[in-house]
Amino acid sequence: MPASSRTRAAATAASGARVATGTRGVAVARRGIGAGTRGVVAAATAVTALTVLPLLVVLADASSAGLAEAADFLLRPRVGELLGSTGALVAVTVPATLVLGTLAAWVVERTALPWPGLWRTLLLAPLAVPAFVSAYAWVTVAPWLDGLAGAALVTTLAYYPFVFLPVAALLRALDPSDEEVARSLGLSPAAAVVRTVLPRLLPALTGGALLVTLHLLAEYGVLEMMRFQTFTTAIMQRYAVGFADSTGSLLASVLLTLCLLALTLEVVARGRRRVARVGSGAQRPAPRAALGAWTVPVLAGLVAVVALALVVPVGTVGRWLLRALAEPDASSAGLVQVTVATIGLALLGGLAAIVAALPGAWLVNRYRTTLAVLLERATYLASALPGVVVGLALVTIAVDWARPVYQTTWLTVLAYAILFLPRAMVSLRAGLAAAPPELSESARSLGLRGPATLVRVVLPLMAPSVLTGFVLVTLAVSTELTATLLLAPTGTDTLALAFWRETSELDYAAAAPYAAVMIALSVPLTLLLRRHVLEER
Amino acid sequence: MTEVRLRGVTAGYGREAVLDDVDLVVREGTTTAVLGGSGSGKTTLLRVVAGFLRPRSGEVVVGDRTVAGDGAWVPPERRGVGYVRQEGGLFPHLSVAGNIAFGLPWPRRRHRDRVLELLDLVGLPSDLADRRPDQLSGGQQQRVALARALAPRPGLVLLDEPFSSLDTALRAATRDATARALRATGATAVLVTHDQSEALSFADQVAIVGGGGIRQAGPPRVLYGEPVDAEVAEFLGDAVLVPGVSSDGRVLCEFGALPARGYVPRGDVEVMLRPEQITLTAAGAGQLDAVVLRVAYFGHDAVVELDLPDAASKHGIRARVVGHQPPEPGDKVGLVVVGPVRAFPQR
Repeated sequence: MPASSRTRAAATAASGARVATGTRGVAVARRGIGAGTRGVVAAATAVTALTVLPLLVVLADASSAGLAEAADFLLRPRVGELLGSTGALVAVTVPATLVLGTLAAWVVERTALPWPGLWRTLLLAPLAVPAFVSAYAWVTVAPWLDGLAGAALVTTLAYYPFVFLPVAALLRALDPSDEEVARSLGLSPAAAVVRTVLPRLLPALTGGALLVTLHLLAEYGVLEMMRFQTFTTAIMQRYAVGFADSTGSLLASVLLTLCLLALTLEVVARGRRRVARVGSGAQRPAPRAALGAWTVPVLAGLVAVVALALVVPVGTVGRWLLRALAEPDASSAGLVQVTVATIGLALLGGLAAIVAALPGAWLVNRYRTTLAVLLERATYLASALPGVVVGLALVTIAVDWARPVYQTTWLTVLAYAILFLPRAMVSLRAGLAAAPPELSESARSLGLRGPATLVRVVLPLMAPSVLTGFVLVTLAVSTELTATLLLAPTGTDTLALAFWRETSELDYAAAAPYAAVMIALSVPLTLLLRRHVLEER
Repeated sequence: MTEVRLRGVTAGYGREAVLDDVDLVVREGTTTAVLGGSGSGKTTLLRVVAGFLRPRSGEVVVGDRTVAGDGAWVPPERRGVGYVRQEGGLFPHLSVAGNIAFGLPWPRRRHRDRVLELLDLVGLPSDLADRRPDQLSGGQQQRVALARALAPRPGLVLLDEPFSSLDTALRAATRDATARALRATGATAVLVTHDQSEALSFADQVAIVGGGGIRQAGPPRVLYGEPVDAEVAEFLGDAVLVPGVSSDGRVLCEFGALPARGYVPRGDVEVMLRPEQITLTAAGAGQLDAVVLRVAYFGHDAVVELDLPDAASKHGIRARVVGHQPPEPGDKVGLVVVGPVRAFPQR
């Protein structure tokens, strides 16, 4: 190990230990463990610093412009236009996804709809189609569709599952006896729903709305294809023409502010209300309302949603794929090579995110200290970072301070780790919850030391969740476009990059095979989500 | 086969001390029940002995080793102390056999004889060996947890409310199986419980925890008959408390002059007797007469609330009688007090 990095590691460890002194006493008193905790705290602190880094770099770079220049740039009509168009997209798409997602979830989970299992799968399936592939399909099917209408249509159809999934999961998990108690207290069926079910759906609704908003703010591919301008597309265009000033960072800071604003609004809207099931006892499934005369209209509505969100994109990709295969010079060598490269990059990204999330997840799960809560909040903050901001920040760091890592795979993988850390964290925490400290204590009283306990108890119990997290991140990486466009080394090709290049040249047939592979790779993700969220309850 | 000794143990979480200067001795091969209300620190006591919690001061000796205190610290895995918790805490990823063999050294984990032997020890059929924990009833899970704890042949077994999540019938059966298994292995046992009858019937020694310390420890009969104060008396069972005056080892109260046991304070006292010490006879045939106010009928016995027409205290006089022919409210009965009573200083 070179001397400089050794001292740096020592310094990090020392600062970690210093942070920990306030908490360690409590931790030791609670669990009687102590050795090894310092290392975990140091690692978690380092990871947190890394995830907050893009935010700091973008803000620092933007502030280097100087106040007068920054004010001058930000007060231009162009920035106002971007603010207006971005706001309009959010204002149209978020309510649309909320209504569509909630209605679909209600119909599937609480009415006597024929084949609910099939509808559940079909309504979730659009998650397997990357939004920019869906946009490509719509552009070729309906070339007249563009601007706000096109952007709102495609994003609504691509993102409503973000609302559908948590609402459906919650509707399944809700104890119907709450509604029964409300009825016995004299409330009508509708009033019972409004006063017992709706308040408890609130976290799912606000969470879903936040997720859709963050995706809209970070979206690049769909909006570029629909020729609709937002902050993200403006930053990407600026980058494409080779900006050298800090205006890119200024735009990025506005974008970042919008993301953090959305995050704050969600926290406020959700409030401090606690939503939890009180007491134990077996839970019965909720009764399903008969649809009666509504059966046909409801089915027609669901068919329309599935047709627009799933059949159009998948059908179009299929159609172009057939045309591509019919062409005489079609060769699959390039496709295989790109797929292998993508999977390699995705596995690296998945591994990096899991390793980075492990120390923080462990601390948050085992020690409810101030530091652990702080770590949790920082991860939450990182979940609002758009790919374009992370990409831009890492490019800035690499160009200004670490030239050798610029245009390397490592930098790209680092971006993936930062972007998808929150997903890995969620899965790891679920895994740790499945391996409660009581079981570790039992193992130790049976004569096992710390490492043996980890190998024989904690890891086997965590394995399914760790694997889920790994798969989630891997699949997200394999269809990531924005940060990859900014960071991938010249010569590295991924499915998303190749697809993007071909569609930019309007060669829709050549783009189809890449789209097909991305959809195929995303199918397991959708099945996994369906099983995890909607069946294991 | 292991003696446990706690000397001046202080322990807790954060700044709060749950146990303050606790002394307790559990003799080799005996069973001690630690009895206390919720939050009294009884589980904390167990966690200190198991090694999951480091005491702030004091000394814990298990067998001939000081495992905590005086600079010594033996981690839980090297103490040879078995631990069974309330909900069993079986490893969900392992079969019953895998759970039982968990603490055995690797080469012996392969052999099924020890697993079958342990299943038999806790009174479970051998065909359960390949089941998964979630396919067992609560009582079976607790027995497997006990078998798992006994597998490495610990000298000491700690049981943290192992029966409290079970329903009444299952509870008695599981408790008997546990007592049998512990006797068969000869292990010293410490049982934490909040159930008085469980503590009194299960253990050779009962220790009552409260207010950060051990209020009283001793054999069940001594504790029940000679509690240190009225609070401990009421904690261990139903108690009738009446005012009285003591002289020469006897107390004078509304039941007349009665012999007292244990230490008897001088002057005004509070007299404690158990409801089953009061027996009912025909009116005029007892030491004094009373009228039946209410009867709470439990089947095997009944508690009769009595009104003493000539006495100062009108409330709380209860007699426990066998259930087959309890009196009716309004009946006139005679009372006879059997056995010595207990006297506490006036509160």
